[in-house]
Amino acid sequence: MAVTVTQAAADRINDFLANRGKGVGLRLGVKTTGCSGMAYVLEFVDELNPEDEVFEDHGVKVIVDRKSMVYIDGTELDFTKEGLNEGFQFNNPNEKAQCGCGESFTV
Amino acid sequence: MALLQISEPGQSTAPHQHRLAVGIDLGTTNSLVASVRSGDVQTLPDEDGSHLLSSVVRYHEDGVEVGAVAAQHAITDPMNTIVSVKRFMGRGISDLRLLGNKLPYHFIDEDKAVPRIHTRGGDVSATEVSAEILKALKRRAVKTLGEEIQGAVITVPAYFDEAQRQATKDAATLAGLNVLRLLNEPTAAAVAYGLDSGQEGVIAVYDLGGGTFDISILRLNQGVFEVLATGGDSALGGDDFDHVIAEWILQQADYEADPEPQLVRLLMHASRNAKETLSEQTEADILIDADEIQWHGSLSRDQMDALIEPLIRKTLMSCRRALRDAEIGNQDIIEIVMVGGSTRVPHVRNKVGEFFECEPLVSIDPDRVVAIGAALQADVLVGNKTDEDMLLLDIIPLSLGIETMGGLSEKIIHRNTPIPVSRAQDFTTYKDGQTAMAVHVVQGERELVSDCRSLAHFELRGFPPQVAGAPRIRVTFQVDADGLLSVHAREENSGTEASVDVKPSYGLTDEEIESMLRASMDHAQEDMLARTLREEQVEAERVVEALDSAIKADAALLTDDERRLISETRDRLIAARVGDDPGLIKKAITELEAACEDFVARRMNTSIRKAMKGHSVDEYATED
Repeated sequence: MAVTVTQAAADRINDFLANRGKGVGLRLGVKTTGCSGMAYVLEFVDELNPEDEVFEDHGVKVIVDRKSMVYIDGTELDFTKEGLNEGFQFNNPNEKAQCGCGESFTV
Repeated sequence: MALLQISEPGQSTAPHQHRLAVGIDLGTTNSLVASVRSGDVQTLPDEDGSHLLSSVVRYHEDGVEVGAVAAQHAITDPMNTIVSVKRFMGRGISDLRLLGNKLPYHFIDEDKAVPRIHTRGGDVSATEVSAEILKALKRRAVKTLGEEIQGAVITVPAYFDEAQRQATKDAATLAGLNVLRLLNEPTAAAVAYGLDSGQEGVIAVYDLGGGTFDISILRLNQGVFEVLATGGDSALGGDDFDHVIAEWILQQADYEADPEPQLVRLLMHASRNAKETLSEQTEADILIDADEIQWHGSLSRDQMDALIEPLIRKTLMSCRRALRDAEIGNQDIIEIVMVGGSTRVPHVRNKVGEFFECEPLVSIDPDRVVAIGAALQADVLVGNKTDEDMLLLDIIPLSLGIETMGGLSEKIIHRNTPIPVSRAQDFTTYKDGQTAMAVHVVQGERELVSDCRSLAHFELRGFPPQVAGAPRIRVTFQVDADGLLSVHAREENSGTEASVDVKPSYGLTDEEIESMLRASMDHAQEDMLARTLREEQVEAERVVEALDSAIKADAALLTDDERRLISETRDRLIAARVGDDPGLIKKAITELEAACEDFVARRMNTSIRKAMKGHSVDEYATED
């Protein structure tokens, strides 16, 4: 059971956390909304909840709650550029289908 | 495949519902767009990595160019290449003439209130030209953020009046942007430095751009930025620094003829480079290699400082005036925010620091600080922040009111009222049987309408005729979060309504707007006298009006002697009314009222008797 982050993603996450001035890490999760079943959650974390699991990769603390873990176990979080746009991307082996936009998915 | 951004804890949005918002600095020379992503605020660059977009629009038969490509043609194709369009925003043709004869554009002034510029791509208004700049920024933002944007905060100078703000908002609408709010530029700069959540007190924002200089004195009080004073020079900026350096080069090269435009451009370019080098180093190498001049030399920072010293002193004079307007001393300023590329010049920073006796804030790129503040505000307004974050308020710079009888301005919303705000006041009719009322909306501090700025006219029509003073007409002024005004009038007895949104009609020059506040102070005494005089004149008219209709109705109740006496006193009042002594008018009114006393009492008795005819006194007795 683990999630990982790429070096590129880790660098950006550390920049954003430093810039924000607070926060212990980054939450990866899912919630059951969206056009194709599930939607990814990507949030700063200020406080840990009891049901959270913490992973550390490339110097970044990644926090996942146990319920989300079922859907995103094995996910690699990457940071990429597409033209002018840039942002994070979930490479999730559990995904069976995406809605085409990549923001929601089914397992 | 969408790319995700990091949200604040608990602020994740549903897919495709990202609350993306941008801040836009719509500048005279350059414009920028900024946005908050993953908690980080950045200005957004174009494909070439350039953050600044030249505020230049060039029209072709079949399309438009915006930015650097358009700017290259400013000299070769001046009629179709619109620069500095911000100066024309919300202005009428007469205001544009005041801007000087230097404008190359062919203005078309038909019967329309908004002048249009003739280009080969068609006739365009300043609003439409601005919309092209906003569209270019919007395209950049959508490409960068990967999705449609929900809203934008656009900055405007603090001295922009209602018409100029409305024109800016219209341009945004044309560009397909949802304006969350218009924000004053100095306020945005202060927000970028987080001053809105800092210590309360007075802040100066020194904005020296390419072609304009603005100084704003703001007071932060309970999260509200109040504009205490603005000032500046609409024809002074970093370009003037380049100019004095260029002249110095010509002098050094012993060149005495009038340089050709091509050479001027070359010199300005070299001067600009030298100026920028001297912000980092103490010595700049200059090489001019043209047909007319070959010159190689160097300019030291001290030499440049001496050259630009008079220009800096000019800006400090504006600062002193603004402080005087705000009625504060330079020791009252707790922070100075530096805005505009020209504030990179070390000598400017030193002189400003010396003048205000405190260290200026320079850590945020002065070209981007306004856009950054706007983006931070946009992020809050679109709902990406939690409750403890600011909801920044702005204030009304000049009082808003309506014209009342006698050409007086009745202020409904006073200056420095935080917006959004809604205020109502009741008015009534002046003549018997009146069924319509003209509402004239004005802005300014002076007592007489003729000294204020006229914003809009509209009429409330078709309410039932009643005696003067009976109708209750409620006039409501509403100013939304962007500082835009709508006025609504309603006759309460019948429910008749009419309203107006303030649209650009014609404008005032910068100097006039700035001097309006000052004038209200300078003319306080005479304004008060003028108001008293007008009030007495209006009262006199009302009394004569009421008397005439009473005589018409009940002439039979008067003896010949009485009629003669009343007529004489009435004439005296009419004579006094055209004079300029309010005391005399007041005295004549009192005399006329005394002369009519019996007549009034008799009319009252007659009408009571008429009403009671056919009834017994018992019917009126109160039941025990």
